[in-house]
Amino acid sequence: MGRGTESKVVKDSLVLDGIEKRYGDFVALQRTELSIKAGEFITLLGPSGSGKTTILMSIAGFANPSAGRILLDGRDVTGLPPERRNFGVVFQGYALFPHLSVYDNVAFPLRARGITGAAARTLIMAALEIAKLDTFAHRYPRQLSGGQQQRVALARSLVFSPELLLLDEPLSALDRALRKEFQTEFRSIHREVGTTFIYVTHDQEEALTMSDRIVILDKGRILQIAPPAELYERPATTFVAGFLGKSNFLRGTVAAVADGRARLDLAGFSTCALDNGTGAQAGARAVAALRPEKVRLALPRDAGGTGPGRVTGTVAGVTYLGASVEVELRLADGQILLATVPAGQLPLADGAEYVASWAEDAAILVREEAAP
Amino acid sequence: MSAVAPSQSASQGERLYWLMMLLPCAFLALLYVVPVLNVLVMSVTVPKPGLANYAELANNGAVQRTLWTTLRIGAITTGLVLLIGYAVAYALVHSGPRERQILLGIVVASFWISALIRAFAWIALLQSRGIVNSALMATGLIDSPLSLVRNELGVVIGMVHYMLPYAILPLYTNLRGIDDRLVPAARALGATPSQAFRWVFLPLSLPGLIGAGVIVMIFSLGFYITPAILGGGRIIMVAEFISVQISETLRWGLAAMLATVLLGAVLMLVTWLSRFMDVEQALRK
Repeated sequence: MGRGTESKVVKDSLVLDGIEKRYGDFVALQRTELSIKAGEFITLLGPSGSGKTTILMSIAGFANPSAGRILLDGRDVTGLPPERRNFGVVFQGYALFPHLSVYDNVAFPLRARGITGAAARTLIMAALEIAKLDTFAHRYPRQLSGGQQQRVALARSLVFSPELLLLDEPLSALDRALRKEFQTEFRSIHREVGTTFIYVTHDQEEALTMSDRIVILDKGRILQIAPPAELYERPATTFVAGFLGKSNFLRGTVAAVADGRARLDLAGFSTCALDNGTGAQAGARAVAALRPEKVRLALPRDAGGTGPGRVTGTVAGVTYLGASVEVELRLADGQILLATVPAGQLPLADGAEYVASWAEDAAILVREEAAP
Repeated sequence: MSAVAPSQSASQGERLYWLMMLLPCAFLALLYVVPVLNVLVMSVTVPKPGLANYAELANNGAVQRTLWTTLRIGAITTGLVLLIGYAVAYALVHSGPRERQILLGIVVASFWISALIRAFAWIALLQSRGIVNSALMATGLIDSPLSLVRNELGVVIGMVHYMLPYAILPLYTNLRGIDDRLVPAARALGATPSQAFRWVFLPLSLPGLIGAGVIVMIFSLGFYITPAILGGGRIIMVAEFISVQISETLRWGLAAMLATVLLGAVLMLVTWLSRFMDVEQALRK
């Protein structure tokens, strides 16, 4: 594990150097290495109990790691109390001070830093403007909608120009339409202020739309760190593939490996699969992830040719999704293959026979792991 | 069963509620409201019609001293009870579930012991040859016994002890209702633990403090047994003074006047506080 030393370059704003968190025998977070670049929007994504909140609370200073160090610009901040870290934190449920007006809520971090008077006023008005709250300055939190409270929490955490902004599932209390709106807004605010954002969520859509990089976690350890597109296209494990979007898992025997590609033999058909470093050997068992939207369906009479990446099955179920339909295709061995195809183009009666096919690089080998 | 049935049964239910309320209301009217009104009337009619009894407020030194003593002891007691009660309630909120159960048990258990027994217990503890003085002298901290009882100090100790649970329970409810993310949020925003307490936790506990303060102050103004025993006849509060006027000097008019003043003071206190806060809600908490 040489990453801890190697990653202490100036470009990295925050480095988690082998931190871990145990409660008695329970390991909430296994030894973790993570480097976050200055100005990056990074998302910690995982189900509950995956350790994402533990990481966030360790960075914020509310949880003391059982081992390891947290470095900010090369400076060790592991033992510093929260108030001396100069990080902004947006809590789940916002944690606005109910006895203070919007203005005073935003003024709070400045007051704690001894900034008052005209200097404070300028900063507060600027923060309220960024959060589009200028007209709400003298309201109280209870007089605001959930979305407006969210904006106050954001303004309050940005007004003192923190070195990092930590966001703990900030959108979980809002309805779908508002969540969408905030996803766009968080990005534009992030661009505007240029602060490093560390965002915790269990919502894959939020992670995919906003992040520069996503850290995907499960059971207290990091499974993969990658930009959204790479994470989606080249998941490292079955968990990552299943947690971010839907995926078919084709389990079979490796027939051949060459140039980062593998041939996989399955029950009655075979497929090509990219090998992104799983170290698959010919003759070994392996699993390939295949996104449903990469599977094409054709009637047997229209489907020409033979070869890898094609299999015949019968329609076992159809789910209408609006622009597309999700088809469950039952294969000869009883397994289900999911295919997402444009709606209204094929007659998809139950029991109808179809040939499913996919491109050579559509499937990718992943490491086997318990699905969520 | 048509739509008529529910409304019929509702009105029947309503009638039953009225009936159930009638009995206690009549009971209270007969045995409480009537006597209180009687006292009010007595204060301006006994021994002869007029405001002579109220003139005593301005002329009678003993009356003035008693009222001042009552007010002073009430205020000191309220202050001390809020201070100690807040600390206990704070500890209750921040302790683990096991410790909390034990602590709450202790607080509630003190309700079970009567004021009379507690007063005598305090005498046993605080008198010059009591446990406290003996222990202090045995350790050599003092040479002669401290006068801890049969004076104002003794009365305050007894009253604070009696009133504590009445403050702790509403304060505990109030403090427990404060969102436990607010103090961490304040810390994350740069406040030290002490600033987070002073700027966030304390302001949010004000409704509880005011509510508990009202309860303690109202009770304290009317304390009888505790000051009578622990004051040893030297510290006379209004309730004891009234009792003496009724049963010994037989000046019922003066006693009725003081009772009316006490009632008026309490009502004024509640009215004044209700301008700042919802008293009913604070008391309910």
